[in-house]
Amino acid sequence: MAYAARRRFDGFTIYAVAYLVFIYLPVLFLPLFSFNSSRYIAFPLKEFTLQWYEEMLNNPSLIEALLNSVKIGVAVAIASTLMGTLAAKAVTRYRIPGRGPLIGVIMVPLVIPEIIMGIALLIVLNLGGIDLSLVTVALGHMLLCVPFSMLVMISRMEGFDKNMEEAARDLGENSWGAFWRVTFPLVLPGIVASLLLTFTISFDEFILAFFLSSTDVTLPVFIWSSLRFPRKIPAILALGATILVVSFVVVTFAEWFRRRGVHVKTDTGV
Amino acid sequence: MANSALPVADATTPADNIVTRLRSWYLRSEAVRGFSLLSPTMLLMLLMLAMPLGVLFTLSFWEQEYLDFIKTFSLKNYTAFFEKRIYSKILIKSIGISSMVTLATVLLAYPMAYFIAFRVKRNKLVWLILITVPFWTSYLLRVFAWKIMLGYNGVINSGLKGLGLISEPLEFLLYNPTSVVITLAHAWAAFAILPIYVSLEKIDRSLLEAARDLGENAFMTFLRVTLPLSMPGVIAASLLVFIPTVGDYVTPALVGGPTGIMIGNIIQSMFGKAQNWPLGAALSVISMLTVTLLVCLFLWLSHIFKKHIA
Repeated sequence: MAYAARRRFDGFTIYAVAYLVFIYLPVLFLPLFSFNSSRYIAFPLKEFTLQWYEEMLNNPSLIEALLNSVKIGVAVAIASTLMGTLAAKAVTRYRIPGRGPLIGVIMVPLVIPEIIMGIALLIVLNLGGIDLSLVTVALGHMLLCVPFSMLVMISRMEGFDKNMEEAARDLGENSWGAFWRVTFPLVLPGIVASLLLTFTISFDEFILAFFLSSTDVTLPVFIWSSLRFPRKIPAILALGATILVVSFVVVTFAEWFRRRGVHVKTDTGV
Repeated sequence: MANSALPVADATTPADNIVTRLRSWYLRSEAVRGFSLLSPTMLLMLLMLAMPLGVLFTLSFWEQEYLDFIKTFSLKNYTAFFEKRIYSKILIKSIGISSMVTLATVLLAYPMAYFIAFRVKRNKLVWLILITVPFWTSYLLRVFAWKIMLGYNGVINSGLKGLGLISEPLEFLLYNPTSVVITLAHAWAAFAILPIYVSLEKIDRSLLEAARDLGENAFMTFLRVTLPLSMPGVIAASLLVFIPTVGDYVTPALVGGPTGIMIGNIIQSMFGKAQNWPLGAALSVISMLTVTLLVCLFLWLSHIFKKHIA
């Protein structure tokens, strides 16, 4: 197997590199042109400049949209991780009738085109006389994030042994102590992964936010409205490059944390 | 917490007895505890999913009159769909575009997933991170990046012009169904690679060795062992790409032009400029049913395929 692999290494490696070029090339033009002094996005490049980053930071509506997205993202991440964790515990710990169909229902938002969920929610809010606001956007995001959180938490909770919690109870911990000192440390990596995943989903979500927001907009809705004006595009490219770098740092940290969790788990298992 | 409450059972008032009994029933019955943990999520799904979809369905049988709805049952929106060919044509075109996107994405992703699962021995994680990095920037900007690439004064045109290869910009690059397919195939790449990778990674390596020991060559081993065992990943990847792209309206709006319009754009315009919510609701219901039917058909066909090959 090993030498056969080495023999055919070349073809696959070339393909893999070509594939990476395909997925990276368009995205890397965002940071490239964000440092270009021309307002027009075309070759040849003019001079190096940081003016678009300055413009980005000096745009109050951009900063406001960013803060709105962060607020919604944090609230949605916490609320949906809480719900996802409870739901995951329910289906992994307790024998409940109709387990499969129940999980199926919770996963439905993942298989409905977002535009349909967006308009369905818009209709209900409209008929119910509820004004659109950041709260309605957050509620829409919850619908998308709870299933993801539940999936993450189910895969985390299925891994560890129910008996450990019972052992802690037998050794004299009360149920709170057993949870706090046994269950919580074991599921913590899942909770962190879920918080980051749901924050990312909410932060990048456009379609639901587009239908469910009014005058207070989220960052993707702000980006969407700016893309129509060529004048505003360089600052948006600067923003895109910044998001790319920040999420690289965050995801690397998250992955490191998750890995650490996996190692801790195998250590205790052995 | 539960334990500390138990001594209360010694108190003799009937109210306390009921509470204690309820409490012990609650603690003993797994189903009740499970359902109470599930209840917040189920409430969310009921209020934010089931009810809105029900209302959407109801609205599709109403009619719009200026800013008000005529709340009497009518099939007018559905007959409009079948009479005005434009809607069904665009729905079929959207499904065609999404199918092309799905096919392209899965075909391009499979060798990459295979490479990471079988050829990369160390640092698999580095490769997985490398694959997902481009997808951490905003979806809108990833789509917009293709407008920069393919546009009239875009990267490809200005680059080729700079090299002296063309004198006039190539106009066929942007604003057509092909540019929509390329952009979506790029935007959803990670959604295809990851499930395929997971299913390949799960395959028991000794099965592959067994096939080789029993005289199959590398290609037949792939066809008869690896491919069928990775089908769950391929199916998941196909659905993860197909379902959201049918309803996408961001990509067609940015890079599709007039010929690249998809059903999502029509539905969106019914809730915007065209201001005909009931018709928009009916189009949503029809699209959703069509997608569901196609997905069921796809699952059924892949089930048959799997049986046939195994």
